[in-house]
Amino acid sequence: MSIFNQSEKAYLLLADGTVFEGRSFGAKGTVIGEVVFTTSLTGYQETLTDPSYYGQIVTQTFPLIGNYGVNDEDFESAKSYVSGYIVREWCNTPSNFRSQGDINEFLVKHNVIGIHSIDTRCLTRKIREVGVMNGAITTENVNEKKEELLEKIKAYKITDAVKSVTGTEIKSYSNENPEYKVVLFDFGYKRNIRNELVNRGCEVIVVPADTTAEQIKEISPDGIMFSNGPGDPAENTEIINNIREISKLGIPIFGICLGHQLMALAHGAKTEKLKYGHRGANQPVIDKVLSKTFVTSQNHGYAVVGDSIDPSEGTVSHINANDGTCEGMRYSKENAFTVQFHPEAHGGPQDTAYLFDEFIDMMKKEMH
Amino acid sequence: MPLRQDIKKVLVIGSGPIIIGQAAEFDYAGTQACRALKQEGLEVVLINSNPATIMTDKAMADKIYIEPLNLDVVKRIIEIEKPDSLLSTLGGQTGLTLSMQLAEEGFLDLHNVKLLGADPETIHKAEDRQAFKDTMEKIGEPCIPSKVVETIEDAVSFAGEIGYPVIVRPAFTLGGTGGGIADNEEQLRDISKNGLRLSPITQVLIEKCISGWKEIEFEVIRDSKGNVITVCSMENFDPVGIHTGDSIVIAPAVTLSDREYQMLRTASLNIISELKVEGGCNCQFALHPETFEYAVIEVNPRVSRSSALASKATGYPIAKVATRIAIGYTLDEIINQVTGKTYACFEPALDYVVVKFPKWAFDKFVYAKRTLGTQMKATGEVMAIGTSFEQAIMKAVRSTELGVDSMNMKKFESVSTEELLEKIPRADDERAFQVYELLKRGVSVNELHNITMIDEWFLDKLKNLTELERWLTEGELSEEKYLTAKKFGYLDSTIERFSGQKCPIKKHSVFKMVDTCAGEFKAETPYFYSTFDEENEAKQFIERVDQGKKKVIVFGSGPIRIGQGIEFDYCSVHCVWTLKEQGYEAIICNNNPETVSTDFDTGDRLYFDPLTKEDVESIIETEQPYGVVVQFGGQTAIKLTRHLADMGVNILGTSADSIDAAEDRERFDELLEKCGIPRPDGYTVMTTEEAVEVAGKLGYPVLLRPSYVLGGQNMIIAHSEKDVVEYMGIITRTMIENPVLIDKYMMGKEVEVDAICDGKDFLIPGIMEHIERAGVHSGDSISVYPAQTLSQKIVDTIIDYTKKLAVELNVIGLVNIQYVVYNNEVYVIEVNPRSSRTVPYISKVTGIPMVDIATKIMLGSTLKELGYESGLYKKSKYVAVKVPVFSFEKLQDVDTMLGPEMKSTGECLGIAETFEDALLKGLVAAGYDLKREGGVLISVRDQDKQEIISIADKFSQMGFELYGTSGTASTLNKNMIATNLVNKISEKTEPNVLSLLESGKIHYVISTSEKGRLPARDSVKMRRKSVERSICSLTAIDTAKALANVLLTERTISDVDMIDITTI
Repeated sequence: MSIFNQSEKAYLLLADGTVFEGRSFGAKGTVIGEVVFTTSLTGYQETLTDPSYYGQIVTQTFPLIGNYGVNDEDFESAKSYVSGYIVREWCNTPSNFRSQGDINEFLVKHNVIGIHSIDTRCLTRKIREVGVMNGAITTENVNEKKEELLEKIKAYKITDAVKSVTGTEIKSYSNENPEYKVVLFDFGYKRNIRNELVNRGCEVIVVPADTTAEQIKEISPDGIMFSNGPGDPAENTEIINNIREISKLGIPIFGICLGHQLMALAHGAKTEKLKYGHRGANQPVIDKVLSKTFVTSQNHGYAVVGDSIDPSEGTVSHINANDGTCEGMRYSKENAFTVQFHPEAHGGPQDTAYLFDEFIDMMKKEMH
Repeated sequence: MPLRQDIKKVLVIGSGPIIIGQAAEFDYAGTQACRALKQEGLEVVLINSNPATIMTDKAMADKIYIEPLNLDVVKRIIEIEKPDSLLSTLGGQTGLTLSMQLAEEGFLDLHNVKLLGADPETIHKAEDRQAFKDTMEKIGEPCIPSKVVETIEDAVSFAGEIGYPVIVRPAFTLGGTGGGIADNEEQLRDISKNGLRLSPITQVLIEKCISGWKEIEFEVIRDSKGNVITVCSMENFDPVGIHTGDSIVIAPAVTLSDREYQMLRTASLNIISELKVEGGCNCQFALHPETFEYAVIEVNPRVSRSSALASKATGYPIAKVATRIAIGYTLDEIINQVTGKTYACFEPALDYVVVKFPKWAFDKFVYAKRTLGTQMKATGEVMAIGTSFEQAIMKAVRSTELGVDSMNMKKFESVSTEELLEKIPRADDERAFQVYELLKRGVSVNELHNITMIDEWFLDKLKNLTELERWLTEGELSEEKYLTAKKFGYLDSTIERFSGQKCPIKKHSVFKMVDTCAGEFKAETPYFYSTFDEENEAKQFIERVDQGKKKVIVFGSGPIRIGQGIEFDYCSVHCVWTLKEQGYEAIICNNNPETVSTDFDTGDRLYFDPLTKEDVESIIETEQPYGVVVQFGGQTAIKLTRHLADMGVNILGTSADSIDAAEDRERFDELLEKCGIPRPDGYTVMTTEEAVEVAGKLGYPVLLRPSYVLGGQNMIIAHSEKDVVEYMGIITRTMIENPVLIDKYMMGKEVEVDAICDGKDFLIPGIMEHIERAGVHSGDSISVYPAQTLSQKIVDTIIDYTKKLAVELNVIGLVNIQYVVYNNEVYVIEVNPRSSRTVPYISKVTGIPMVDIATKIMLGSTLKELGYESGLYKKSKYVAVKVPVFSFEKLQDVDTMLGPEMKSTGECLGIAETFEDALLKGLVAAGYDLKREGGVLISVRDQDKQEIISIADKFSQMGFELYGTSGTASTLNKNMIATNLVNKISEKTEPNVLSLLESGKIHYVISTSEKGRLPARDSVKMRRKSVERSICSLTAIDTAKALANVLLTERTISDVDMIDITTI
């Protein structure tokens, strides 16, 4: 395809009425979502298949997306969960030995509506100043029914996010002769969380988000992992109640991202919505125990309010070096720790993978 | 940890003269370091032999020694100054090697000097080939199969084991000097012999050749706490096998998936952690294009050219942060200057791509071997920022000042496809253009990839450009088409050329901010690049910071090249500082990532963009400046003058008309006539026929040069009609719009003057005299301040002429005038109403801040108001001798004989109370190993035979053994100077000149010849051999004489005082 066979027009309409005119790629139609941006330079395929992006229209700040194509190995879940996708330029001639197709084909296949050729920096700065905003991508003429669409955009809210992405069945994964049995709560988990555990000798039993303490007791795992996931953590009242009970089981717990937030809520802390979230592969996080800063991969719009936790319940273990927000907790009464960032990487830096080792050590200690 | 309390006084070692592989980037790094140290309230002692640098400026350090960078000198300065610490990692390889030697000898311990930045063990692990391999093996980082050898036989035997081709890498040489790829045993013997000789520890690494793999670099930083981050990844357009300094580079890496990217990123962090570097580090990897297999190629535990590029590409000031780390701070304590809120412990995110394009000197070294390999050949580079690769490479290409405005290079249009396909397997400086031509002709991306191993991604992007160009030629030039082309980086004039139509609209570029965080945080970096979008961030920024100050734009000098070096950056930066001090908003436009001028906190705003008419127009449109400055940016900026004046822009200082009057032959002649100043007879011609006719009229020899050039580009002395025809051919080939000048050539004494004029009064800080007579380019001459041999009458005449010329031309600011004194008459050779390469050095030795004064004058002040009398300033008590430095060992087949075309890449300065001592210092600083015994080989042209007698006699009296080729030997023997006869190369019988040079007996070569340039000539071969054997080679009679006189004094550096120039 020549770059000059210009594709049809597409529009991005924001809740404040701003219209960006661009070109269509991926699926056609209209989609509404929460417009967010990620600053990762690589890892677009991981982004597209990360269930935490459920309900969101994702903007890539790096201008050239799709350079290395798409392959079967780098999926973080079975499909794409983003509502829409915004890039400055997508690459129709990807080059990489693992590439099996270009990103346009991927979006079409997964029915993701995309828009390209817009000033993504301008959009990013707007989101930064105003905060995350709802918006819509449409391949129809936006001017004809702008008001109608605007109303829908304003009314849009991401609800039942976890319910929409969690699995319904219990599934087990392991290599030969696993040493530990770990329950992975599927709030919309990324595959690499599972892989990191499996590679460390765990049998990983993926369970639906609403699994109860009783059910866990039956499985009798050595450790529990609360996964990442989408949406407002506070809306998951039932899961939060379950977690409160599960915590009391005395099983080592590790939580990531939404798992971290839900654990905090279960322990009486509060969460808040950040102005425009943390999404990228360059977020510096201070590990207060090690007194070192690590570069982490992040994707979250909500955060635990650090001082909202009762000090007798837990303490903040990690903070974001940029804005001081809570990035990790250690619980005093239980054998549990959680982090807001993504130690499993994919995409992003692998610098905090040592946390998985700590989790293994916790289980090891409990077992001996 | 905050600032270490045991650090109060730090010695910083600079990198010395600009040579290929070690250029302006170390002035940038060193300047950042000095500033960071001073901000901490530390006392800074600086040593650097390069006077053209900003770091050797009074404001940069408390004590400044412009002295030779050798062990003895540094030791003496440590003894004098007694610093408590030494910063080792900011002065390139030179600084690092010196620091390591001082540490290993125990000298630092003895004098209680702490080594900051990297300890000897770290340096050893990174730089010693075997230690490096062992370290990498220990942490499981793969290396390429390789072996360190110390003999040719071991090299051959190891290559037999791993198979050809193999790469030879000499230990501890700069920019890979002496290395290369060997395809067979014969080549291996050749290359390893040379490499072993050049390695100071006689070690080379024989390594499996992995050419064709991707070359990826990471810039990483670590602090004493063990915090590690990567600043930037970079991917080379050219695969492994071509030195990264000679590669087109894109940042960030683009063809790597997250898996590959994180794999190499993690490897970089593992490496820097294991090496325990405290500061910046560069890690180079080879990555197999079809698997996850990779290998660590090289690690540099110091700031480097790549770190300068990474700093400019991301906005992350690596050198500054590395310096703070060296004195005790940790990454989480250092504020990110860009956001002012966040810390240095983060990784920049880019929302643009950066393309670096090297600048080579092959336009001047017509006969040099252009093939690129593991030995760097580029003298400089440009960087361009864009929102697409196409846009960025288009900007980069036009920034290189190659005479092209797109990837189309005219000369390849007439080359057959077969011939081009034959050329491209071996990379040379023009391969990207050859590949482009082939893409245009429909050769497939796949085929080109298979031949060159350039990643398809890059080739496809180039193909997009060819398609766009074809699209432009088809049908009507619609607004949409025009806008698409603009986004792809095309200039209006280029679009019109391709489409054959006028542009339907005129669209100026908008400017986006480089903010290290891809827009995530509000930043106030005054650092912008152009693109074609709706939103203009620069305009918003300007409104936001507006304090009602007048805005002045200073145009920089572009890439470092021979003839236009770091001196012009010194001038631009000083101009900016003065403007700021005078209450103006100072704005810089430049495209060279190596320089201080493109540090975003040098001016009030930085535009990192090409310096073409149209690019500059957009900046003017956005800034709406009160005025612009062109006289400090070399020819790059001067070239813009006419256009800027036509646009109605207020040019501060000397007017466009005056500049034209100095450069236009006819107008200049009129001016001289009016002033009654003589010049060598000359004419302006456009064609070869005219040239031949005029040359005949003037009488040979004649000097030919194109107008509007710097550094004597394509300047030659023609001795015959044949020469004229040959050179006119070369000159007209390179798209010259301006005419060629032919002058009668006068072989007299050259004198140079830099003056400041306010239109009425004038100030000459000093008169410089060249050791070499006219005919050797002023940039290649040893230059002496104050002039030593001029009579008062001549000096008075020079002052008088300078005044007349400056006033008559209505110079407002700086003017550089070159004179030749011939038969006791003063003639004008050239008047340049702009800054020159001698301005920094004269400013430093006379104590007159020339650029500051010139800038103030341009803003309306007068010399009188500034407290200066009209005329020649009083002589300094010191003599300063500027000695040129060449990079001949890096450039195969280049004739080393000095001539009217400039060849030096840098310079050193010797300062002392007497001329002889200053010259001694200058020569030592420039790397002359002043041996006091051994053999001297002399072979001079007929016209020099009379003069060589007394020089040879001096060498003979000092006990040197003389050798000469037939004519020279016979002349000397006839004059009772015993000289051994040596066979010429062409005479074949051994021993001949070459075998004599190989024998190691010869320590000096004095060689001049009627003709040079062609690598096949005997004289050229002899000079090349001297370079390869690192034998001191003198190619002008006057240089030889000066050197003999220095040797005669029997003084060495240890007899001469060190001088802190801040006391001048």
